[in-house]
Amino acid sequence: MNLAFLASLDATTIALIVVVVVALIVSVLVLTGTIPHLHVVPPDTTFDFMRFRHISFPISAALSIVAITLFFTHGLNVGIDFKGGTLLEVRTKSGPADLGKMRAAVGTLGLGDIQLQEFGTPNDVLVRIPLQPGSEKAQQEAADKVLAALGSDIEKRRQESLGQRVSGELLAYGLIGLMLAILAILVYLWFRFEWQFALGAMIANVHDIVLTIGFMSLAQVDFDLTSIAALLTILGYSLNDTVVIYDRIRELLRRYKKIPMTELLNRSINQTLSRSINTHLTVSLTLLALLLFGGHAIHSFTATMMFGVVLVGTYTSVFIASPILIYLGVGLGREASVTEKS
Amino acid sequence: MLYFSPWKALAVLLTALVVCAFAAPNFVNEKVVQSWPKWAQRHVVLGLDLQGGSHLLLEVDAKAVKKDKLESLQQEVQRVMRENRLGNPVQGVTIRGDSVEARIRSGVDPQLALTKLREVAKPMTGLLAATGQRDTEVVDAGGGLYRLTPTQPAIVERVRQAVEQTIQIIERRINELGTVEPTIQRQGIDRILVQVPGLDDPEKLKKLLGTTAKLEFRMVNEAVSADQAAQAKSIPADSEILKGSKAENNQLYLLEKRSLVSGTDLTDAQPGFDQRNNEPIVQFRFNNSGARKFAQITQENVGKRFAIVLDNEVISAPQIREPILQGSGQISGNFTVQGATDLALLLRAGALPAPITIVEERTVGPGLGADSIQKGKLASYFGSVLVVVFMIAFYGLFGIFANIAVAVNVGMIFGVLSLLNATLTLPGIAGIVLTVGIAVDANVLIYERIREEVRAGRTPIAAIDAGFTRALATILDSNITTFIAAAVLFYIGTGPVRGFAVTLGIGILTTVFTAFTLTRLIVAYWVRWRRPKTVPL
Repeated sequence: MNLAFLASLDATTIALIVVVVVALIVSVLVLTGTIPHLHVVPPDTTFDFMRFRHISFPISAALSIVAITLFFTHGLNVGIDFKGGTLLEVRTKSGPADLGKMRAAVGTLGLGDIQLQEFGTPNDVLVRIPLQPGSEKAQQEAADKVLAALGSDIEKRRQESLGQRVSGELLAYGLIGLMLAILAILVYLWFRFEWQFALGAMIANVHDIVLTIGFMSLAQVDFDLTSIAALLTILGYSLNDTVVIYDRIRELLRRYKKIPMTELLNRSINQTLSRSINTHLTVSLTLLALLLFGGHAIHSFTATMMFGVVLVGTYTSVFIASPILIYLGVGLGREASVTEKS
Repeated sequence: MLYFSPWKALAVLLTALVVCAFAAPNFVNEKVVQSWPKWAQRHVVLGLDLQGGSHLLLEVDAKAVKKDKLESLQQEVQRVMRENRLGNPVQGVTIRGDSVEARIRSGVDPQLALTKLREVAKPMTGLLAATGQRDTEVVDAGGGLYRLTPTQPAIVERVRQAVEQTIQIIERRINELGTVEPTIQRQGIDRILVQVPGLDDPEKLKKLLGTTAKLEFRMVNEAVSADQAAQAKSIPADSEILKGSKAENNQLYLLEKRSLVSGTDLTDAQPGFDQRNNEPIVQFRFNNSGARKFAQITQENVGKRFAIVLDNEVISAPQIREPILQGSGQISGNFTVQGATDLALLLRAGALPAPITIVEERTVGPGLGADSIQKGKLASYFGSVLVVVFMIAFYGLFGIFANIAVAVNVGMIFGVLSLLNATLTLPGIAGIVLTVGIAVDANVLIYERIREEVRAGRTPIAAIDAGFTRALATILDSNITTFIAAAVLFYIGTGPVRGFAVTLGIGILTTVFTAFTLTRLIVAYWVRWRRPKTVPL
């Protein structure tokens, strides 16, 4: 058999083929019953999640304070969407880009602090030109000057220029949108559940966003329109999780009139735990694929989502959104003894 | 829950099939698709970030429109002053702030002056005609001074007209470039969004859109030399100093303010070559009134110089050697061939009523777009394979059912996107990949519920039935919250981000459908066929 064609394939194609082959083998083994179905969580788990509320609330409070402090001291790496300026993505035609030389070339133009950064491959460079004083026209001219200074060895792959007013509007729209979304979801939950649940989900929500913003500040991820998209998606998915647990809590509240609240919350979380973990695994798998192969353009987007959905979202639903119901007065007056309704 | 009447089953399958079928035009050769009926041709549009192109947000200079309005009002007032001998039409009429001020000669009846000046104010046209308002307010400021102020609705109306006109001219200019499917939309009061996919040279588009292309023919004031006038700061009131173009070494010219003929009088403009020295030129042709005016002026001014002014820059200032009667002429000005071609294009399309600025630009080269498609595809393949394996490893046969549902789900997303002629962007692809991840969540919810019901001691069929029933409310609740987030994102986002919101939102709708009806149908038929003693979960 001639295997010469294998040499012509690139690494990612080979990886894809390997994954598909492994997938087929696993599928056949599972379907023929050779290996049993996987379970991450044993079916009768009775883990005492509620015990951790005395730790999780202080930890979350501390983390939130750290995130807010980071936001004010470290700041966000605000992208041009929200502060104006020009972003150029260029590719060198011959050999890797010499960032030092390029910096020297654009440094003398007097256009302010121009940042250069390798982007994905050694040939690709991201150039950020700060907002130019004066009109939008100055912004366009600055980009032309920088491109001219970089010489003929480069190919312009992308240009984004925003004036001060448009970027200001985008920021306002983004923030208003974020708040509108939280409000709309709050109203929906209020209709579907009691107000304590809506409020609990809301607190969990804000907690997610605060921590994610802290992450963005720490990792200096570009804060732009796609970040707002990431935040909104995190919101949606984190709520998705919270709602699943809340649904179960509501169901158990109706079915068992006398179980103490902590016990009831523990049961709800344990019963939905398998689902929570499996769903997060599938979402992480797809996010991982996007992170590894989706290209640099959506890198910060997926990284933020990975942090927000997988790390924070899950933790919040289990350790914040559920126990907070106790403090909000759900199930007040339940007896301490465990007696099930027949 | 597990009983489907044959009609209902057929309806579910048909819905899935038909919606998926709408995705077909995206995967079939373009030529084949063109032979299909129009309604079947709808397809997904690749976003500018995937196919390359320019997204430009233009702003019409409302201040310039206002200034223009004031200047034409000034000319009107000057005419009234002259015709009715109310005062000095040149020195007596000035623009101050948002108004035109007219000072009348002493001895003129103030009442007469007011009546005559009021003639300038015209009734509003268009939608505001019914209100009976006039477009200018005329006030007697006392001491022989009259103040004429355009009303706010009149200015707003003027800006609106300017934006409409600009859109038409931009359309003509872009169509001359011969590109496919440009989108030109009005946004807000004074903005225009232009999206042109697949451009090789976005710089040219920017230059074409950014040029006002206001062409004027004016007489050169030869009484004083321009340099002297500039130095002595004694510029005659009816004249102004303009700079020549770079080709003219930025030489200064003293020109009369009044334009004799303007670009609106042109019917055609074509690039060509001067027969004498083979230099690139632009040949133009006047319409009837333009030709008449031009003939008259050139007859009266033989031997004098006139200037061809483009956007307040003198391109050339030739001497009138002989009257030009045939209504055509040429502009020479050290053009390159490209320069002459572009100018001819701009003149054909007409001048913008006001200057425009590019307030937002997002341009992606074709190379980057192709790379992004490649990466998006790769990520989708990996993501899908991983999820498929995961589902089979955890849920076996039911995992395969879920995978079929997810495959149909993705097909339906493409079908709906095609039906809506929606735009697919790189974040949009991410949205689809995420949907694959989250779509199985609905199945996971159902399956975990079935497992629980089995553990609670129900028979397999009862457990499956209860699993679907109980999971429905949860699936709806959890998906509606995400859908709200997607809807808000759609509303506030632009371009790529909006593409993400679209696929995320559509993905949620199709997910609820496939997870809840399609999976249930498959499971129901499987139960009827196998009569299982245990649930293989």
